[in-house]
Amino acid sequence: MQENNKKLMHGYDVVLQACHDADVQSMFGYPITPTCEILSGWMASGKKCLQTEDEIAAGFAVCGAVLAGEKSFTASSGPGHILLQDSFSMAEAMRLPAVLIIGQRGGPSSGTVIYSQQEVILACFGGNGEGLRLVYSPSSLDELYLLTRQAFNDAWQYRFPAVVLTDGYMLKTRQAVDLSVYKDLENIPAHTLVQEGKIVHWPNIYTLEEELNDELSRAKEDFDKVGEEIAKAEIYNTDEAEYLIIAHGIVGSVAKMAVDQLREQNIKVGLFRPVTLRPFPKKQLDNLFVKNNVKKIVVVESSFGQLARLVRDHLAPEIDVSFEYLQKPGLGIEVEEVIEAVGYMT
Amino acid sequence: MQENLAKFCPGCGYPITLMMMNKTLEKLGLQKQAVLGLDIGCALLAWNYLPINTFQTHHGRVVPTMMGFKRARNNSVCFALVGDGGAYAIGLQSLIHAAKRDEPITVIVTNNTVYGMTGGQTAPTTLHGQITPTSPEGNIEEPFFGPELLKDIVKPGAFLARTAVNEVKQLQDYLEKAIQTQQAGHFSLVEVLSFCPTNWKTVGVDTINKLNGLKETFKLGEIEF
Repeated sequence: MQENNKKLMHGYDVVLQACHDADVQSMFGYPITPTCEILSGWMASGKKCLQTEDEIAAGFAVCGAVLAGEKSFTASSGPGHILLQDSFSMAEAMRLPAVLIIGQRGGPSSGTVIYSQQEVILACFGGNGEGLRLVYSPSSLDELYLLTRQAFNDAWQYRFPAVVLTDGYMLKTRQAVDLSVYKDLENIPAHTLVQEGKIVHWPNIYTLEEELNDELSRAKEDFDKVGEEIAKAEIYNTDEAEYLIIAHGIVGSVAKMAVDQLREQNIKVGLFRPVTLRPFPKKQLDNLFVKNNVKKIVVVESSFGQLARLVRDHLAPEIDVSFEYLQKPGLGIEVEEVIEAVGYMT
Repeated sequence: MQENLAKFCPGCGYPITLMMMNKTLEKLGLQKQAVLGLDIGCALLAWNYLPINTFQTHHGRVVPTMMGFKRARNNSVCFALVGDGGAYAIGLQSLIHAAKRDEPITVIVTNNTVYGMTGGQTAPTTLHGQITPTSPEGNIEEPFFGPELLKDIVKPGAFLARTAVNEVKQLQDYLEKAIQTQQAGHFSLVEVLSFCPTNWKTVGVDTINKLNGLKETFKLGEIEF
């Protein structure tokens, strides 16, 4: 008989397990719904943990810890995510492997406390920079685990800050998951960026415009290379697709179910679900138009078009396709709604 | 002793503080373990000045950054070099909590009563009546006394003091005590009254007189608590 390694776990426990398995040493955080359980859970684990005075301090403490060579992270949401852009901007400039777990909540302002997909642009392009950070959007608890592991690995391997962009529904969901299948996943070890006996003089502010431009150009070149390696999407049922649903995160899971049911009605519809939002899986998206005769893209999301903006930005300009949108900022989206929206269009 | 030429304005007090810090580290044999975090403000100009590990952070954010560093590597000797605006205005929340938690880092605050890098605007330490670009009629507020504020917050074993760049013996003494305090596992802060002839618009002896005048408002010495 096959061994059953399934465990009933909350999303936040999955995150904690992933951080533990990634050999993370410390967390700095400030309580905010829906990510409090990550902070209290890490505190309870007995590992290094500090509840700071605000998210600003949490983010900069993570930067300090990674400079000293420690795998470290914070978790936050909404207004806290805004404050974290201060430190994340520094992490982007100095290419610090800081990791941030975001449980999106409704916005703007304090909004609502559990769910939305309105922090996409903030996660990808927050700060006064160019968005040279890695952003992952998991659609299931398994993927939440995998992408959290990957966030630490990619951050330390490629030296870009990384964001696991999830939401409160996912973090508070409880499901049976089997994480034992990932036991052979390897960790990229942390390395010391500022070490004894090897002097660094490390600026993040430049006297000359040319110096900054050089630095950024190098970083952009690296980021584009990393994109070739890690940009990822789930492409589902796109054979002969005339309609292409694009959705991410848990809305991506919903859209996948909708695709199955629509196909049963002989509607030629497929799904493109970006797993990495930064770097965006541009090539994978463009390639779908080589093989298929897609007439319409339907972007489905719990925001007024933040994902749609990424899609339109990245889709090759010569691709001739029309767009439709199902946008419900701050609201969950049901399978039936996606079916109805696409069915109506056809 | 210095690695590169100073980028500070002629007559600035920062190089004195930095040289004394480095001298003290040399004396204690701690240069290798030393890590100098710089706030943004004139402190940032020290980024390649001394033969010790140095990096820049953000305005008001050097204290939490060095706290994170120190917590990750507790055998390091961590300095947060910051101006009066970074320490007592935009970064005050972090400073108070670092002091309260007794974070074993050494904060060195340069008090020259103005925001030097941005052109001499009113700082938390600006004197009552002092004219600045953002207090053209004279500052209506009383100045801010950082070490005195922290004395009711810190834990036993911490070290708080104020000195001046033209009191080099005392400066070195306090820096040494601050480092020893950090190594004993406690929070330390040394406020250093410093010259800013560029924004004070003073030359020669007037700069020194102005600094000495500040000592009447900002009392030098160790803060008892």
